[in-house]
Amino acid sequence: MTPGERSVLAEDLVKRFGDFTAVDRINLETRAGEIFGFLGPNGAGKSTTIRMLCGLLRPTAGRAYVAGFDVAREPERVREHIGYMLQKFSLYNDLTVEENLRFFGGLYNVAGDILRERMGWTLGMAGLEGRERSMTATLSGGWKQRLALGCAVLHRPPILFLDEPTSGVDPLSRRKFWELIQQMAHDGVTVFVTTHYMEEAEYCNRLALIYRGRIVALGTPTELKQRAMTGELLSLEAEPLGAALEAVETAPGVLEAAVFGNALHLVVADAAAARASLPGRLAARGITLARLEPIRPTLEDVFVSLTTGRDANGLEAS
Amino acid sequence: MRWHRLAAIARKEVIQILRDRRSLFIVVIMPVVLMFLFGYGVSLDLKRIPVCVYDREGSQQSRNLLHRFQGSDYFAVVKAVDNYPELVRAIDTGRCYVGIIIPHDFSQRLATGGPAHVQAVVDATDDNTANLVLGYTEAVVRGFGQEVQLDWLQRKGFAGSGPPLSVESRTWYNENLESQAFIVPGVVAIVMAVIGTFLTSLTIAREWERGTMEQLISTPVTPLEVMAGKLLPYFAIGMFDTALCTSVAIAWFRVPFRGQAVTLFASSALFLVVVLSLGFFFSVVGKSQLAANQASLVTTFLPAFLLSGFLFAIEQMPVPIQIFTRIVPARYYVSLLKDVFLKGSTLGQLRPELFALAVFALALATLATRIFQKRLG
Repeated sequence: MTPGERSVLAEDLVKRFGDFTAVDRINLETRAGEIFGFLGPNGAGKSTTIRMLCGLLRPTAGRAYVAGFDVAREPERVREHIGYMLQKFSLYNDLTVEENLRFFGGLYNVAGDILRERMGWTLGMAGLEGRERSMTATLSGGWKQRLALGCAVLHRPPILFLDEPTSGVDPLSRRKFWELIQQMAHDGVTVFVTTHYMEEAEYCNRLALIYRGRIVALGTPTELKQRAMTGELLSLEAEPLGAALEAVETAPGVLEAAVFGNALHLVVADAAAARASLPGRLAARGITLARLEPIRPTLEDVFVSLTTGRDANGLEAS
Repeated sequence: MRWHRLAAIARKEVIQILRDRRSLFIVVIMPVVLMFLFGYGVSLDLKRIPVCVYDREGSQQSRNLLHRFQGSDYFAVVKAVDNYPELVRAIDTGRCYVGIIIPHDFSQRLATGGPAHVQAVVDATDDNTANLVLGYTEAVVRGFGQEVQLDWLQRKGFAGSGPPLSVESRTWYNENLESQAFIVPGVVAIVMAVIGTFLTSLTIAREWERGTMEQLISTPVTPLEVMAGKLLPYFAIGMFDTALCTSVAIAWFRVPFRGQAVTLFASSALFLVVVLSLGFFFSVVGKSQLAANQASLVTTFLPAFLLSGFLFAIEQMPVPIQIFTRIVPARYYVSLLKDVFLKGSTLGQLRPELFALAVFALALATLATRIFQKRLG
């Protein structure tokens, strides 16, 4: 697969479980060497989509191609070209590190010198040198995660699917993991990754925000931040915060208000006008204003903005 | 079918079996335990039936009769009483199974040409056993009667003549009429049925429960490779257990082995494919170890125990049940084992049973492979 070539393509992909529509007409495409992020809360349909793309679930409707193969018709060909790492650790706990690697080597037909070299690479990458004979069950979360990654890429697949790869892993291991992912993408691997950590989404070249089975926004992180916000963003710190939220929610010109840590994030139509009118409104209610200033939106702001609008308008908005 | 994938699965499975104490226990200890449990526990022979005697005469003749009971393997005189109520109590309390009462004029009646009556009181709670006990009792008394009669005739001058009519019986295949020789080969079949389905019923369900299945099926491995790779080690174990159980049957239970090893192992190989595939099937359908285990127990152990001819002769079952037993694979294996052990039948003579097992093996292996789809939903 050459750089820039289309590696994953989904057209109106749908998955229903009974009456429940888990994935609702999803369209997306990725190119080789790209880190494509799938961002959304738990239950939004991220894992279901990834499983369809890996040929593990049959789509109810629509079509998807991975490495050029139809996931519904040629799942076996798809599986030869992908690596898949699950949210839940899914290697064999009662096998040693080395036995797990050899097992997947056997399944992917990686043997001899190549297997030795790649096992060496994995052990180095995962920091597992000298622990080849340790029982996998005894490894810590970060080790397990990197070992799972090593097994998933043992056959050097052009496309890598990672489903919540960093859940339950300490921050240091998480950063190290993303460095590995970026290196792989640099080498031309398409990395399709789901996460619900907003800060991780910043590592992605492009992002799809998924909510209730639908893609609500798609673009680079910068594009999303600029395009998706319908107004300007202000940060407000005040005491008491609850009363402040009540006060600003009903204020004219405030489109949205939400608590972010110890501050409120407000989406307003006109930042200058809001900065002029809000202090007086708060003071009239006996609220002490500590700070009110414009900020650059984070992906979380984008996400909240997109999904609250959606809830307010019911499920019809698209 | 790619060998490297099949080999990878088989190797992984072997490592897991060797590392899991429970499965090692099931493989090595359980067959032997079951052999002894069923070999001894399921016996249709009656031996050393406890007898209570009430000898109202105490003569030479009456003691001779009682000695015959004492000398028989079937009876053990455990109590002698001198009044009737005590005899009743011995039977009531279950200390004795049968009471023998010899009348006060026993020898006198014998001397004058009889008839002398011996009374036997039997606990008939279990009618089958009671019938057997009565049969044995009559045989002992009849033997004694004949001896007395011969003695009497000889003294009257009819020297050397025996009873005018007798049956010369020869019991073939199980010369000593030992029920163990009949039961133990069947026990081998029961053990194989239990071990075979039990072991494999866990293998797929375990992967689902531990979450390793999703990773496994995301690789290019095919369902056939998964099944063959997983069943191969268990097949080897099954053959090992066949040898183990057969050794126990021959060396410990002294069951004659008159056939050839090749016949034994060919039949066992076919039967193993049947039970392993069945276990695999339940594991795929059940998706939980518990469900798979229970399903395999109900569908293999119970029919193998009740409907295979292991204990209860199929010819004596009601016709609809006789017909039903044709779909119980253990039926063919039990019959094969009994014939190989006791009759020494050859492969050629056992063709119908082998053919039936082969059909089951093929059908179930195909079914198990088909039903195992590499899909989550």
